[in-house]
Amino acid sequence: MSMLGQIGQMARRSILQTVRQPAMVIPPIVFPLLLVAINAAGLDAATEIPGFPADSYWDFAIAVPFIQGSLFAAINAGTAMARDVETGFLKRLAMTPMQRTALLVGQLVGVMCVALVSAAVYLVAGFAAGMDFKSGALGVPTIIVLALLISLGFAAIGAYIGLRSGSGEAVQGVFPLLFVFLFMSSANLPRGLIEQDWFRTIATYNPVSYLVEGVRSLIITGWDGEALALGFGIAAAIAAAAVALSAAALRTRLVRT
Amino acid sequence: MRRFLDVTYAVAWRTIHNFTTNPAFFFPSVIFPLFFFTAFAGGLSSVGDVPGFDFPAGYTAFQFVFVLLQASAFGGVFTGFGIASDFEKGFARRLLLGSPSRLGILAGYAVAALVRAVIVGALLFAVALITGMQVIGGGVDLFGLLVLAALVNLTATFFAAGVAFRTRTIQAGPAMQMPVFIVLFLAPVFVPLDLVGGWVHTVAKVNPVTAVLEGGRDLISGQEFDAAIAFGIAVALVLLFSVWAVRGLRRAEAAG
Repeated sequence: MSMLGQIGQMARRSILQTVRQPAMVIPPIVFPLLLVAINAAGLDAATEIPGFPADSYWDFAIAVPFIQGSLFAAINAGTAMARDVETGFLKRLAMTPMQRTALLVGQLVGVMCVALVSAAVYLVAGFAAGMDFKSGALGVPTIIVLALLISLGFAAIGAYIGLRSGSGEAVQGVFPLLFVFLFMSSANLPRGLIEQDWFRTIATYNPVSYLVEGVRSLIITGWDGEALALGFGIAAAIAAAAVALSAAALRTRLVRT
Repeated sequence: MRRFLDVTYAVAWRTIHNFTTNPAFFFPSVIFPLFFFTAFAGGLSSVGDVPGFDFPAGYTAFQFVFVLLQASAFGGVFTGFGIASDFEKGFARRLLLGSPSRLGILAGYAVAALVRAVIVGALLFAVALITGMQVIGGGVDLFGLLVLAALVNLTATFFAAGVAFRTRTIQAGPAMQMPVFIVLFLAPVFVPLDLVGGWVHTVAKVNPVTAVLEGGRDLISGQEFDAAIAFGIAVALVLLFSVWAVRGLRRAEAAG
């Protein structure tokens, strides 16, 4: 079987595994939307802070689910990989002519499909709630591509953790840590409006800030070259590093088995 | 009565011992409230400058009360996880068989949850004071705030215990965690109720947690405090969910 065929088979398996477990599909979509709906109402008064970049907190905050959804992608990919280790699936696969790349890419493609559906749902929810999308029609595919790139990076991080630990419980344990990165970023307020110097410093060095700002710029600013370059650049760097790490972890795992 | 107290002591001791000696249980309980406090009080402090936001003790104290109540509630939820886990391992069934007072089991878990909340609350208080939180209320006010936190802890414990007794599986974790999480966040978390907009304002107005949260904020800032409303609602919630938990315990007994 060709490499593409192998990837297709693994991706199909990953998608079916995901679709058959509502717990892997519903939380990544519903939970971020629920949280943004609550925060948008609770923090709508923040739009009255001088210098706040949007008229509606909903428009400002709808970027956050795109990142939260990718954190769920990390957990899904990590848990799936860990389960393959725990159940011995990887061991059995190692005895077949299946290429390692196909296994990893196939698994990631499956998770990315959920990420694609999630991104589409977030956009639809955003528009349904009256989002003023400044970048126009071309912004829609751009925001989806950026969301997928971000999801790829986090899914590969999840796969790396799943492969290294071989434990679904360990992957679940890392989930709150990933959320720390989101909360300590510019997710809730623009960096320029964060009063506490130490928090602003953390948010400035936190790469998640630039991912949020990249997505957000398409919604509330329009075409902001700097925000998009940083968003796409950092997302691509995270994805490249994480895919390389997870490929190395898979190699090690297959040698161990 | 003696039997009840013996069982309460034994279950509480075991649960507290497990919590304090296992880093996997202890650290998340301590770190997450501190993290929420840092993220909300630090990251959102400029929300305190919004026109109409006139909380006298400042934004850090405003957020501290929410995080304290949230930590107390989650202390109860985590105890519910422990009960469910005890059922999965078969320990709870042996406990039901061997215990001379089954209500003592529930009381033991509740005492352990309270101790857990006290440990986390004390650490949270220390960090908040070190980072410069203003406390305008006096000693009696602060005591009142701690009592409110304890009542929230008991409510969440009884709710989570009721779910755990009925489902007897840790897979019911989200059913314990999510309702508590959502009810807490459907209160005026970031700004006072008057400044909360949209549908959340409507929900927050009828959410009982709002009265408890606002009562706590009145206490820490030394403002006029309507004890009857805040404590009345908190005590009513404890009573309501204690019935839910006891009925759950009876179901677990019946299930064998």
